[in-house]
Amino acid sequence: MPVYLARRLIQSVLILLGVSLITFFLLYVLPADPVRQIAGRSATPQTVANIRAQLGLDQPFLVQYGRYLAGLVQGDMGRSYLQKTEVATLIWSRLPASLLLMAGGILCELVIGLTLGVIAALWRGRALDQGLMVGSFVAVSAPQFVVGLLLLYVFAVKLGWFPIGGYGTAAHLVLPAMTLGILGSGWYGRMMRSSMVEVLRADYIRTARAKGLTRGRVILRHALPNAILPIIAMIGIDIGVFMGGIVVVESVFGWPGIGQLAWQAIQRVDIPIIMGVTLVSATAIVIGNLIADLVAPFIDPRIRLR
Amino acid sequence: MKHWLTSTALALCLATPALAQEYQPDPNAKAGGSITVTYKDDVATLDPAIGYDWQNWSMIKSLFDGLMDYVPGTTELRPGLAESYTLSEDGLTYSFTLRPGVTFHNGREMTAEDVKYSLDRVTNPATQSPGAGFFGSIAGYDAMATGGATELAGVKVTGPLTVDITLSRPDATFLHVMALNFASIVPKEAVEEAGADFGKLPVGTGAYKLGEWTIGQRLVFEKNADYWRDGVPYLDSVVFEVGQEPIVALLRLQQGEVDVPGDGIPPAKFQEVMADPEQSARVIEGGQLHTGYITLNVTQPPFDKLEVRKAVNMAINKERITQIINGRAKPATQPLPPSMPGYTEGYEGYAYDVEGAKALLAEAGVAEGFETELFVMNTDPNPRIAQAIQQDLAAIGIKASIQSLAQANVIEAGGAGTAPMIWSGGMAWIADFPDPSNFYGPILGCSGAEEGGWNWSKFCDAALDAKAVEADSIADPARVADRMKLWSDVYMGVMEQAPWVPVFNEQRYTMKSARMGGADALYVDPVSIPVNYDYVYVTE
Repeated sequence: MPVYLARRLIQSVLILLGVSLITFFLLYVLPADPVRQIAGRSATPQTVANIRAQLGLDQPFLVQYGRYLAGLVQGDMGRSYLQKTEVATLIWSRLPASLLLMAGGILCELVIGLTLGVIAALWRGRALDQGLMVGSFVAVSAPQFVVGLLLLYVFAVKLGWFPIGGYGTAAHLVLPAMTLGILGSGWYGRMMRSSMVEVLRADYIRTARAKGLTRGRVILRHALPNAILPIIAMIGIDIGVFMGGIVVVESVFGWPGIGQLAWQAIQRVDIPIIMGVTLVSATAIVIGNLIADLVAPFIDPRIRLR
Repeated sequence: MKHWLTSTALALCLATPALAQEYQPDPNAKAGGSITVTYKDDVATLDPAIGYDWQNWSMIKSLFDGLMDYVPGTTELRPGLAESYTLSEDGLTYSFTLRPGVTFHNGREMTAEDVKYSLDRVTNPATQSPGAGFFGSIAGYDAMATGGATELAGVKVTGPLTVDITLSRPDATFLHVMALNFASIVPKEAVEEAGADFGKLPVGTGAYKLGEWTIGQRLVFEKNADYWRDGVPYLDSVVFEVGQEPIVALLRLQQGEVDVPGDGIPPAKFQEVMADPEQSARVIEGGQLHTGYITLNVTQPPFDKLEVRKAVNMAINKERITQIINGRAKPATQPLPPSMPGYTEGYEGYAYDVEGAKALLAEAGVAEGFETELFVMNTDPNPRIAQAIQQDLAAIGIKASIQSLAQANVIEAGGAGTAPMIWSGGMAWIADFPDPSNFYGPILGCSGAEEGGWNWSKFCDAALDAKAVEADSIADPARVADRMKLWSDVYMGVMEQAPWVPVFNEQRYTMKSARMGGADALYVDPVSIPVNYDYVYVTE
């Protein structure tokens, strides 16, 4: 186990290095000059040259990348080109909002997905099952900005149940978390259905029924806990999907998280912010995957970590 | 105000005709209350030396003051922190007398030393101010820009409240430059204490001070009770909520949660809003100092031929293009917008004439047309406008393929001179200050035609440049008419050579909540967009 963990940690660091190198390179070759964005339209060539030199953007690629890494190792993610604020400050002040939204989204997708998956499995092959499975396809394929605007229009504007975007109270969280969770609930619904169907066929379920337990008891005490475990393990892997989702959902709902920060930075070629958010997201994904792998043997003893 | 216009024997100029009387306060104005303004994007910075977008421009105006200012809702200069000024006989030295008793938000009194510090700071390359170039006419600017000096030689403190600014050449636009945000007066101790974070911890002399800033969520401006202008601001506070999509902001306005959607009415909802009498009554329309244009790269064949550029000018159906944006603009005939001084009245421009355009192409030897590229920013409605241009060009045999790119990429291609044609939408020139010179140098003059400049036509005519310099050296306010005549000639000279197709001048539409009061002009203020926060008020 310690050997496995050490190897995985080294792998993780290498992955993050790779991500940083690729992102940095893509931003370097981008046919858009960040100095132009900083200098604005009225700047003289001299001002442009001054700013370029001060930011070190006149240096060769490897020097720029090396300097960035050197800063990163010391915990310095640089300053935003346009906001002139520490990137770390910007990300830290927005991270809680994103984590809250992700937590809400995971809760929504689990509650909706697992409930519907169980229902579909129990009524397997019937109209209800087929209807739910078609619904899950729609949920998986619907673009999040459409779902978001639709929920906003119906539940906030027309019915007035929730606030129209913004941040602060539990009521603000409901619609964005639903939007984020609906996509995943389609996946989880389908996975839960097949997992449940498989478990219901297992010998121990037949044994439990043969002992004379009621159908409800068998499902709740024996089938559900066993069917749910492999799905819980998927959450860690899911973080990548969520990281993509929050960019869209945060923009639609005016949610002050790092997705919104990334979106604005991309439009303005604010490289330090783009790098910072990318690395934080990549770190979250790497950690999520690591946890998923570490937890797997506890859930299914057949899995061994080597 | 008593001392304003106090003259001295040396004074050549006391007040230019453009210098207006004091603003007449609104008799119905009520003090108190708070408004909510929304924006999609974060506020980048509130440092007046750095901030240069339409969102923070008006916010900075409310936090800071410069020596000069504008009468609210107009383009007329009025004194700001300077109580009066005189101009030396050679037209090179402005002597400003500051208003006594003005305090910064930190309580300290403002002095002439602060003026010097602020101008030194904005022109110091280490500040990275995008507006440093505006101060190019101050003596000693070049030494600052190249790092050879840390103080502007031309700025001299002559007393606690008096400062002389000497120019290296007469500059008729100098007082406008002193009214730019970049020329705001900042307190040295607050700047040094905040360091690189001054943009997040602004301290000025303005009508409001920054109360709260929660990154990514909201900013609160609180009334500066000690503001040196009596009676304003009316509002106790202005709340800016950021991260709000324009469409969501409109919905919230309709629910009464928002007073002004800072990003305006979303194009997709424009007709719906205007068709509803209750809503359209709260939409205020005004002109703005904006021109949308197509640049024709004069260094790339066949646009190096005058006939081809004229032909393209005649081929574009400008009326139809204004219809694409729901009539939110007026067709343009020349680079200057109509509300800009120096605009040539009565000039018709190149009339829409397909046959005439074809004849000109034949004259240029490309009767069968040619293939080219039209660069355009990829946000609505610009690709649709580009398609209309494409169709108009096809009618005279020019096959233009559309390159729809992110804003930064179009600007890059324009600066590098690789784009044969660019539709300026989303990046078009909007004046920094209401003077015709601001529409020339960077976008039509030789200085802007350098690599990376905003003169995307790469048009450079030495004779016109000389005429522009001549016009701007007429600092004598008695000769404003002569100066404007020269500027009119410059732009007519540009039109003769047709490096641009001026397409339209965009109108501005600001929507407000029912409870907001104040003259309409405050909601389409040419220098404070979307509204002039210092003078608007709420009625309930």
